[in-house]
Amino acid sequence: MIKIDIDRCDLCGTCVGVCPVDCLELSEQVLTVNQNICTSCGKCVIICPMTALTIDQGQG
Amino acid sequence: MRDKYDIIVVGGGPAGSTAAKWAAMSGAAVALFERDREIGIPVRCAEATAMDDLKKYVEVDETWFASIIDCVRFISPSGIPVEVHLPIKGVVLNRRIFDNDLAIQAASEGAEIFTKAYVHDVEFNPGDYVKVRVRHIGEGRIVKARIIIAADGIESRIARFAGIRTQAALQDVESCVQILAGNIQLPPNRIDIYVSERWAPGGYAWVFPKSSRSANIGLGVIGNKIKTESPLQLLNKFLKEIYPDVVPVATIAGGVPVARSLKTIARDGLLIVGDAARQANPVSGGGILAALRSGKLAGEIAGQAIHKNDPTISTLKEYQLAWDKTVGKEYRRFYRIKEWMQTLPDEYYDEMANWLMNLKPDEVTLTKIFKLAVKNKPSLLLDVIKVFAGY
Repeated sequence: MIKIDIDRCDLCGTCVGVCPVDCLELSEQVLTVNQNICTSCGKCVIICPMTALTIDQGQG
Repeated sequence: MRDKYDIIVVGGGPAGSTAAKWAAMSGAAVALFERDREIGIPVRCAEATAMDDLKKYVEVDETWFASIIDCVRFISPSGIPVEVHLPIKGVVLNRRIFDNDLAIQAASEGAEIFTKAYVHDVEFNPGDYVKVRVRHIGEGRIVKARIIIAADGIESRIARFAGIRTQAALQDVESCVQILAGNIQLPPNRIDIYVSERWAPGGYAWVFPKSSRSANIGLGVIGNKIKTESPLQLLNKFLKEIYPDVVPVATIAGGVPVARSLKTIARDGLLIVGDAARQANPVSGGGILAALRSGKLAGEIAGQAIHKNDPTISTLKEYQLAWDKTVGKEYRRFYRIKEWMQTLPDEYYDEMANWLMNLKPDEVTLTKIFKLAVKNKPSLLLDVIKVFAGY
């Protein structure tokens, strides 16, 4: 599963643009991930300019 | 807010506001929904563009300009500077003012602008109104429209509700970080471009003056070339080494599409514009001009579709056709250049810079660079120069 560090997130939406399964959503001032759809592919983790996203291996 | 509009634009960047303006000028009832509380804030852009091209699409206002540029300095990987004097004028914008003004222009033509208006769902119904679910200042509403113009930027989620796959490949996105630097003094007429695998793999670092004492300093890394160091770490390294004394006054992040434009940018009841349609120059990453151009095209054609009472693809396809045979075609060529540039090693740029260094400064013209390019690689490098020079 993907973990979001809201302190690092700049709300830029770049991760949303690359998510192949559309599980990320940037609503009003918060980024959320729908863990039910997320495949932990890691594209969002790579593209995030602020390294705000990580794959949580423990529960992946 | 009404229950029904002819055209709803989602996103209040340059593409969205321009589309809203031209759609409203056609006489259609237009609403623009912007998620953030203010148009133009936060700025997620290095803010440089070409003045003459800007003038083609909008009536420019002096207050938009932070600095006027007539010189580009390329710094090679080993640090050799090459100054190129531009035959055209560049400009570093104040995007806060620019974006705001474009929205105000749209409003002046009768478009209604709503900020703090987040569109969380769109339902496309063949032969019927499109249903837009929006939360405006916390209040949920369902608003109907004949046509949606998706101008929602790098995220490009709106078009996905119509079943269009807008997801970008990592190799087609630049991951960027930028600071607004204080405690810096630069020539106000020159922008600097640093090309190096060390600073910005697959992309470049930039220093764009915003005033006599401030600058946008940032870099972008191609998604599939991000390895152990994040763009943020790379920028910190760059600053430490090249500009150790600057004081960051702001730090912003963002993604830039450096892709082929989306194949499908028109559907029944839907047009996609700007970054959402991946309409940015794939070499420079510049998206402002494409946004203005596609916004104008989309706004005009959506307006015509309302007039003809035909919000379907049979009228809306005109937007796709017009884009594909003009900028779309050009950007497909630029995309091939981008792919080629990705393969060039740092030594290539150093070799070129070395050659140019032996020329007198006033001899470093685009023609000279062209001659060198012809020697090394006939057709492609010329295109590269053209791209950066804003031709």
